[in-house]
This record gives sequence, structure tokens and C-alpha cells, in this order.
Amino acid sequence: MSMLKGIAASNGVAIAKAYTLEAPELSFETKKVDDVESEVTRLQDALGISKQELEKIKENARQSLGDEHAEIFSAHLLILNDPEMIAPMQDKIKNESVNAEAALDEVANMFISMFENMDNEYMRERAADIRDVTKRVMAHLLNVTFPDPALIDEEVIIIAEDLTPSDTAQLNKQFVKGFTTNIGGRTSHSAIMARSLEIPAVVGTKTVTTDVKDGDIIIVDGVEGEIIVNPSEDVIAKYEAKQADFEKQKEVWAQLKDEPTISKDGTHVELVANIGTPDDVQGVLNNGGEGVGLYRTEFLYMGNSDFPTEDQQFEAYKSVLEQMGDKPVVVRTLDIGGDKELSYLDLPKEMNPFLGFRAVRLCLERDDIFRTQLRALLRASTYGNLKIMFPMIATLNEFRDAKALLLEEKENLTSEGVNVSDDIEIGIMVEIPSTAVIARQFAKEVDFFSIGTNDLIQYTMAADRMNERVSYLYQPYHPAILNLVNNVIEAAHAEGKWAGMCGEMAGDSIAIPILLGLGLDEFSMSATSILPARTQIKDLSKEDLASYKDELLSMSTADEVEAFIREKTNQ
Amino acid sequence: MAAEKTVLITDATGVHARPATVLVNKAGNFASDVTVEYNGKSVNLKSIMGVMSLGIPKDAEIKIVAEGSDEQEAVDAIYDVIKQEGLGE
Repeated sequence: MSMLKGIAASNGVAIAKAYTLEAPELSFETKKVDDVESEVTRLQDALGISKQELEKIKENARQSLGDEHAEIFSAHLLILNDPEMIAPMQDKIKNESVNAEAALDEVANMFISMFENMDNEYMRERAADIRDVTKRVMAHLLNVTFPDPALIDEEVIIIAEDLTPSDTAQLNKQFVKGFTTNIGGRTSHSAIMARSLEIPAVVGTKTVTTDVKDGDIIIVDGVEGEIIVNPSEDVIAKYEAKQADFEKQKEVWAQLKDEPTISKDGTHVELVANIGTPDDVQGVLNNGGEGVGLYRTEFLYMGNSDFPTEDQQFEAYKSVLEQMGDKPVVVRTLDIGGDKELSYLDLPKEMNPFLGFRAVRLCLERDDIFRTQLRALLRASTYGNLKIMFPMIATLNEFRDAKALLLEEKENLTSEGVNVSDDIEIGIMVEIPSTAVIARQFAKEVDFFSIGTNDLIQYTMAADRMNERVSYLYQPYHPAILNLVNNVIEAAHAEGKWAGMCGEMAGDSIAIPILLGLGLDEFSMSATSILPARTQIKDLSKEDLASYKDELLSMSTADEVEAFIREKTNQ
Repeated sequence: MAAEKTVLITDATGVHARPATVLVNKAGNFASDVTVEYNGKSVNLKSIMGVMSLGIPKDAEIKIVAEGSDEQEAVDAIYDVIKQEGLGE
């Protein structure tokens, strides 16, 4: 038995067999074959099985993530059906008497290098598609297992270096009980996905792929951030009890599902959820969310082969608004660039992508992309309680320009005879320190603020949150952050506006008492954090916490803040 | 005798992945050999990689050619798809 420490990324305890998700060894020797006909059949069989698998993956993706995400697999299937690729492979086997592996490799490589040499980023990405599908066929020719999260049909815990969005897209919750990775943090994509799938996860273990072998029994403790490898029976029993406790705790939380969030001294705050797709709404409602505080629209654009059309976007927004009924839905307009790239949008590489051409900066320059999204949002506005939020606003002019485009499209739609709601609130994300500092001036023009702490912290501390060596500077309780947050909340209230928060900090048990005391109106978090937060807030007195405000804001270090709050709230 | 039809691409992004996928799937339903010509190059319209390698942009004039037992149906069906997808006219 051994133990590994990592970062607790998603609550809960899972006990199951380890399943390693890594690229298989696909080397082969070029050989002469005597019986070319049976070699051609071998190739056909490998292609056939690969196609069946892809059909299954496509169907899973369609069910769990919708048609959009399934599209990529249609393209993969077409590649395996491509006569211009398959016929040359068959000819090669027949004319040169080589084995199927060599024929596959040579022909695929010819296409890969053809696409890689095109002068268009989008076409170069297609080379990766060919490589992907070829690997699958090669694995079947060589009789090695091709790990495929979508094909798992027994209870497992996934072990991987990292999980990509398309890996997580294929996870079936019925069998995948948890996962653990070498890299990543609480805000990395895999961690966010784990919370929205509600499966326990520990990320950033550094060595789990080397310390755990396929088939080992492991425990993922997503509460403490620990992995236990090949535990003894006693330990398994202990964790089964912990698992049961967690389930019981969940039942206690569930009793608060339909209750409003009210502090001990009677203040109501809103607990709302962050979502990425219409499919996430069910989880919000199941967890008692009072609304959606952040709808990240990037997922409509990512993992896609082209820009989503106005109608496709309209359907997605309408679906979320309808499902939420009269509860508020804050939609963040497109936030790409930075670490989020689109294969079909050719952007030059930047030295500092987080400080570069992204989000609203990109949308204002490429207003064709932006207008399509704004029109889709406006058309959907009559189906629920829509609020629109612009990301990465650094200056008032950016806000004014974005708002002007929105109003222009509203006018256009009205003159086309389309109904548009008249009370859409228009707000901004506060994630750039310049905006937090002059929140007073912004508050006169915006309808609301939502503080995006993940970026606000990285910009304030000048510490890349993807860089593990400077991760110690990611300090949500740093007095500089608290002062900025306080400034934004005070500015909003001075103008009769509301202030929310949509970073990880909003669901953190140390930050919640601080934020309640500072007067935050809306807390947006992962759906699964809502009920624990509601339980916590029920026992907090806003008045008591507000009385610590000056003392907290004048503290010198994050440690001081944390120790103070722990003592005051018995944590 | 082959059937053919010349089409002007009007979609702002040209023949991109999504419409290309639909065209290739449609062409695959016919027994005839179906090709698409653009810029002096002719490729098999049943081949996704062939079609993508042409990189057909907006305002391109392309020619759909079919030869075989169901050539006229093939050209008509493909032209219908082009119109339905808003690709061209």
C-alpha cells in the first residue's frame, strides 16, 4: 500500500480498479507477405472494427454532449471511408507484397505531410485527425489495446498524464468512478469537468501514471486530495465508511435544495452556478442553483470544425433559458484567445497569450463573429431571464463599444420584426485590476459586475496560473485581492447595482465568510458546491462578519487572513 | 456522356469541414464516379481529404461532374445539398 498527494479537484470518494489512459506502443516492422489477399482482408477488418468503435464513440458523444461535439467523429469516420486513402493502401499491399501495417503507415503519412504543409492552420489541424484515426487502425492491426474512455464497460478509475476536453467528453459516469492525473490544478479543464460530472478527482499528483499500474485497486479521495494504491482491507473498509458519510452529507445538503440562501441573521444572497453547455442545466437544478451566474459560451466554439451559426447558438441559449424558467442566466460572451484556441481561427502565436488578443479585444476587432453571437442571444432573450456579460473589459471604451454593437443588433432585429426582450441587464466581468480600481466609474454605466477571480488573481499577482512553479502566488485571500473585491462591491452598491463573483473563490469555505461580510450579492460556483455553501451560509451572521471588514482589509498577508477566518468560523 | 453542373460558392467561409462532410456523404450514395473541379484540379467528391485539399474559398466557381448509371441524379442531389447548406448557387 502506498499513498500519493495531489490537489483535491472534485469532492467525493471512489474505490475501483485503475485504468491507464495512455498512447499504446505502435511500432512495427515492414515485412514481405506471401498471401496478399488475406493481408488486404486483415486491413479491411482493422478498418471495420475501427469504424464500429468510432460509431459508438460518436453516439456516446451525441448523448452526453450533443450533436456539436459528435461532429468531429463524423469527420473521423469519413477519413476511414475515404476511397482516395484506402485504395492506395490496398494497391500497395497487392503490388509490393508488403504487410498492412507498412501500407497503412506509408499512405497515411503521405496525407499527413500533405496537410501539415498547407499554409492554413485549419488544414494543418486536419493532419492531427488523420493521425488519430490511423493510430486506432494500427492498434487493431498490431492487436494492442487502444485505450478508449468511451468503450470502458466496467467500474474503473482513470489514470492519465492529463485529460483533454475530448477525453473527458467521452467519459461515461456509469463506469468511470473517478480520475487522477499527473498535472493540472483546481481550475484546469479536467478539474472543472470532474465537478460538472460529479465524479471524485485528484489532479496534479505528478507521478500517478508511474506509481500506479493498470489493474491496481486505488482509492481517490477527492476531499483530501489523496490517492491510495492497493489498500489493505482495513483501509478499504475505512474509506467505504467515508464514502457512506459523504453520501449521507449529500442527503443533508439535499434537504436545502429548494430553500433560498439566507444567513443566520436573515440576509439573502444568491447561489448560482457556472455552466458550459445546455446539458449542465440539469445539474444546476438538481443542486438547488438559484440561477446561472456564468454560462461559458466557448464550448459552442471549441471542439468544433467551424464557427457555430446564429441558429445553432440561438438553440443552445434558448434551451438554457427555457430550462431555467424565470431564474437569472448570466451569459458571458465569447472568451477565446489566451489559452483557448480555435482550430479554425488562425491567430498568430503570442509571447504572453493571457495578456494578448483575447475575449472582448478579439470580438471588437472581429465584429462579424461577435455580432452573430449577440444576435443569437437577443433572439433567445424572450425565452427567460437573460443577462449579458462582456469578459476582459479593461477600459470603459471597450464596454461602450461592445454595448453599442449589442444595441445596434437589437435595433436590426426589431426592424426585421423579431421580438427582443427590453429588460436585458448588461454587465461586465471584473478580472483586470484596472477595472477593479475604477469600478466607481464603471458602476455608473453597467448594470452589474461579476468578479472573475481566477484571472483577477493572476493579473494582480502577476503569476501565470498555468505555471506550477509560481502557483504559490495564486492567493485568493491576499489582502490586495480582498481590497479590489471590496472596491468593486462598494462601487456597485453606491450606484444601486449588484456585484457577483464567478471564480473558484466564490465556492471556497474560507472565502465565503469574507465575501458575505463584504456584501457580495451573488456567488457563482460549480453546481456541486452550491448546497455545501448554502449549509455554511445558514450558520453565518453577516453582521458579525461585516464588523471584521476594516481589520481584514488592513491585514498584511494571506496567511493572516486565513488564520483569522478559521478562528472566527471554527474551521 | 457525363452530367455536370457549375456552381458559384457564396458561403463566407467557402467549402469548410461541415459542408464538405455533407457533400462527401451525399456523393457516396451514388454508383457513378463523382468529381469536383476547382482551379484546374479535379478530385474525387467521395473523398473527404480530396475535397478538403482543394481549399475551396468564397466566390470560387466549381464544377460537379458525374459519370455512370445514375449521373444525372447524382449531380442534381449534390446541387440540392449545396443550396440547402447555403454553400452556393
